[in-house]
Amino acid sequence: MSADQNLTKDQSNPAVDGKELIRFDKVTKRFGSNVVLDELDFSVNSGKHVTLIGPSGSGKTTILRLLMTLLKPEEGTIRVGGKYLTHEERNGKLVKAGEKHIREVRKNIGMVFQQFNLFPNMSALRNITEAPVSVLGLPKDEAEERARELLDMVGLGDKTDAYPTQLSGGQQQRVAIARALAMRPQVLLLDEVTSALDPELVAGVLDVLRDIAHTTDITMLCVTHEMGFARDISDQVLMFDSGRVIESGTAEKMFNEPEHERTREFLSAVL
Amino acid sequence: MMSEKFFTEWFLPGIWITVQVTVYSAALALAVSFLIGTLRTSPLWIVRFASGTYFEIFRGTSALVMMFWMAYAVPSLLGIQFVPMAAGVLALGLTYGAYGSEIVRGALAAVAPAQREAGIALNFTKAQRLRKIELPQAWPEMIPPFNNLLIELLKGTALVSTIAVADMTFAGNLLRLAKGDSAPIYTLLLVIYFVFAFLLTRGMRLLERQANRRMGKTPPEKTGFLSGLRSKSATDAVTGTGGAK
Repeated sequence: MSADQNLTKDQSNPAVDGKELIRFDKVTKRFGSNVVLDELDFSVNSGKHVTLIGPSGSGKTTILRLLMTLLKPEEGTIRVGGKYLTHEERNGKLVKAGEKHIREVRKNIGMVFQQFNLFPNMSALRNITEAPVSVLGLPKDEAEERARELLDMVGLGDKTDAYPTQLSGGQQQRVAIARALAMRPQVLLLDEVTSALDPELVAGVLDVLRDIAHTTDITMLCVTHEMGFARDISDQVLMFDSGRVIESGTAEKMFNEPEHERTREFLSAVL
Repeated sequence: MMSEKFFTEWFLPGIWITVQVTVYSAALALAVSFLIGTLRTSPLWIVRFASGTYFEIFRGTSALVMMFWMAYAVPSLLGIQFVPMAAGVLALGLTYGAYGSEIVRGALAAVAPAQREAGIALNFTKAQRLRKIELPQAWPEMIPPFNNLLIELLKGTALVSTIAVADMTFAGNLLRLAKGDSAPIYTLLLVIYFVFAFLLTRGMRLLERQANRRMGKTPPEKTGFLSGLRSKSATDAVTGTGGAK
């Protein structure tokens, strides 16, 4: 599988220089009385591959969903590329952002979901071209050419006309990855993308993601239970527990010599 | 039972009028269904309130009285005089559109929330999500209840005979008044309504199969009338359920 050259060369990312791309400041998220994130601070530099690990319910997925604006934080701010995500500055004051501002910042972020969430009313090709055409205003033939390249890259060049129901879970997830990449995001959020797959289909999806991780400069934020994969691609691993980062470090350090007791317990349970 | 003159001057044109009233009312009802049904899912409470009020008013009033109101009250209230057919089409279209809006609203609510999230992740606007993702996915779910409603509407068109629109029921009433022989004419009318309803159902079934194909779904097993007459292998050939699993 060859890397898509366009991804590295044409990436018109202003922030692939290792600067801070994502910043959470004292972000609190509650569901009712359940505090999922508790004044969370953390940041991700651009181009980095960061994996969030931790027990279920520790708030990992919530972070991705906050970044994708599928959830709104109760308190605190999130910045992407220096711009506030769900807030905007008006007359020197920080107020809730309008839809236009949110869409402007959100265009830098793409997401791949656990359940793929392909559009069942569209072919694989159109799943990939629809947003570039109607959101980015790309000419249809250009979008289609690029979609074919992306489908080739994920090994599904022969499935352009297939509908999601005609594809296996692994194939659907690879289309979903292509769909997210077609928007040329700076940040790719991967939310347990292999958890819903049959075991024999996991490797194909992870191979595609490894390929993207190694050949592009897209920033990746990844929630996964595939520790081998996390070890392969991660520049940084964050260990979550009860809505806080309790330990972070390089993949090597985190997997080989974790310092925190909770991290050791967690890793010995999952490895 | 009916003279040739009556048949060509009243009954055939009456059938045509029934068809016209059905088509116009259905078109109006469909437009109202989508408009009101979509507005009722708006995040703005004032929009939901206004569209919900429309729904409650037209669901809660008699289509027949609404027809009289359009034909006889509107001229004195607003100074507008509809031709009788327009009054009938308005009353039927607005009333059945209210029922239809419930179908649209329900089908939209049944679209998986994850689809909305995928649309947000691709940065579609709300309008784009509705047009490209939510409505196309809701559409196949709307067709069976729309079929019921369409048949209700077809039968409801007989009401226009009460405001002097010369549909086939009106022609039937004329014949009864002239000849006093009710049984054959009303039996014939029932048969014609039934045949129309049957044809509409077949048409809607085709529409449903096409809509499901566009979702990449294989059509549901044929369960309709006449399906037993087809052989199993012929059905398989038609549905094309060979490879795609």
